[in-house]
Amino acid sequence: MRRGNRSTVLGGTIFAVIVAIGLLAPLLATSDPAQIDPTVRNKRPGAERTVRGDDGRARAFRFWMGTDTLGRDVYSRVVYGARVSLVVGVTVAVVSAVAGLVIGLLAGYLRWLDGLVMRVMDGLMAIPSILLAIGLVSLSRAGLRSVILAIVIPEVPRVVRLVRSLVLSLREEPYVEAAVALGARTPALLVRHVLPNTLAPLVVQATFVCASAILLEAILSFLGVGIPPETPTWGNIMAEGRALFRVFPHNILFPGIFLASTVLAVNMLGDGLRDMLDPRIRKRI
Amino acid sequence: MAVVAIVVFMLLRLTTGDPAAIIAGDNATSQDVAAIRERLGLDRPLVEQFVIWLGRLLRGDFGESFFFKKQVSELILERVEPTLALATCTIVLTVALAIPLGILAAWRRGTWLDRIVMGFSVLGFSVPVFVIGYLLIYLFAIELAWLPVQGYQRLRDGLGGFVERLILPSVTLAVVFVALIARITRASVLEVLNADYVRTARAKGLSELPVMVRHVLRNAAVPIVTVIGVGIAVLIGGVVVTESVYSIPGLGRLTVDAVLARDYPTVQAVILVFSVVYVLINLLVDLSYTFLDPRIRY
Repeated sequence: MRRGNRSTVLGGTIFAVIVAIGLLAPLLATSDPAQIDPTVRNKRPGAERTVRGDDGRARAFRFWMGTDTLGRDVYSRVVYGARVSLVVGVTVAVVSAVAGLVIGLLAGYLRWLDGLVMRVMDGLMAIPSILLAIGLVSLSRAGLRSVILAIVIPEVPRVVRLVRSLVLSLREEPYVEAAVALGARTPALLVRHVLPNTLAPLVVQATFVCASAILLEAILSFLGVGIPPETPTWGNIMAEGRALFRVFPHNILFPGIFLASTVLAVNMLGDGLRDMLDPRIRKRI
Repeated sequence: MAVVAIVVFMLLRLTTGDPAAIIAGDNATSQDVAAIRERLGLDRPLVEQFVIWLGRLLRGDFGESFFFKKQVSELILERVEPTLALATCTIVLTVALAIPLGILAAWRRGTWLDRIVMGFSVLGFSVPVFVIGYLLIYLFAIELAWLPVQGYQRLRDGLGGFVERLILPSVTLAVVFVALIARITRASVLEVLNADYVRTARAKGLSELPVMVRHVLRNAAVPIVTVIGVGIAVLIGGVVVTESVYSIPGLGRLTVDAVLARDYPTVQAVILVFSVVYVLINLLVDLSYTFLDPRIRY
């Protein structure tokens, strides 16, 4: 297998597993991720307790990954946390790709718009993305939607740049000139002839955007400025684990492993796709 | 830069939370809130606020922090030392590690060495900074107890403690940065390795080290330096997180505290300072091209 293929398959498989975990969270979780139980606070991974079921019989219940300071089952929270990360990653990737594609196409093709749009994009890119996201999150009440928006805004300029540079070279292609000569109007020209040729690099870029969005969301939650703490996200679980990290590292360890493998999988997927679709484009940072 | 200023200003004014209400506290009457709002100039039109803010900015006056009740410029000066120390250490560490690693990987392309370096690079890119941070704390500060867990010591309070407390944060931050730079070093060295002048240099009997340093690295330098410049954004983001993990009272920590307190003047100032630094460093990078590659002229 070629290197690109191998990377795609491995990354794709891990990603699929995480997606499955997210989708099947209600089945996989052993308890309600929000259920607070003061009697089992700060249990180590693998700790057991007996619970009395509805039928009155006692059965052993195991905390696979221990519990946090409020006695919530870390395993169940991690499983549910996959949902938030995936929703944020995929939504941000799709929204920024679409927004970037539209803005990039217009900026690349309509010269009068180009200067203005690119100045705004340069301005946005001059602010490091984590800072911009932190600043944006502070604007509105913390929630899933505002976090997604706060991550989309710093990511869009990167997509716009890519699409614009592609359009700038595509517009010089003979088949585009031919279409112009045949009297194609601008909207039709952009959609039928230019757009299809930007898709492959765009998909690759969207994958990297997805990976960085998952990371950013976790960072925001971890810093305490992201999604409200009662929602189980990987960043939130780790933020809770900070205070007692010295004694109970599992609160940071387990969500950390999941987070890292998800981001790794998406990055590998992107690397592989890039090698397969177009060896010429390099990873943009 | 003007665009950055406008973006930063608008960013923090388009908000739902009312800073005056937050400063006044829970027991304040609406008169109190109005008085505070007037004192801070928050009751004036947006454009006027912007002009006043920009005018003060150009005179180096960032205004007064809503939350810390101090001049923001003072606040920033207090916090700049730890951040600067952390960033400098990280960059030095990164360059010292990443460039040799990248060259080695390119030189021994396709071997296990190459694979280890590249694997590490993908990994470093994917593991979040704070997870690396806590892993290192767990390993070196708790299990092995070689280094202090958290905190910061100013340089004037003793060099030993200063360095001791800086090692773990710098290493943490360097992991991401090394991953980035090693990757690009490998790629640009690989491109140069096939050049005719490299073959010539080898043919005239030079040993590998001078070939690598004098002929290959010099010609591969431009993309590497570019990525170091662009990577400053990653570094700044990392600083914010690392300072929170290691409880370092630097600018990154200040940013997070200010955001949590909705302290707009401070947030604006810090974001602006970081952005200016980022833009300036990239300007320097652009200028360094003429030095690295005399063919480039402006």
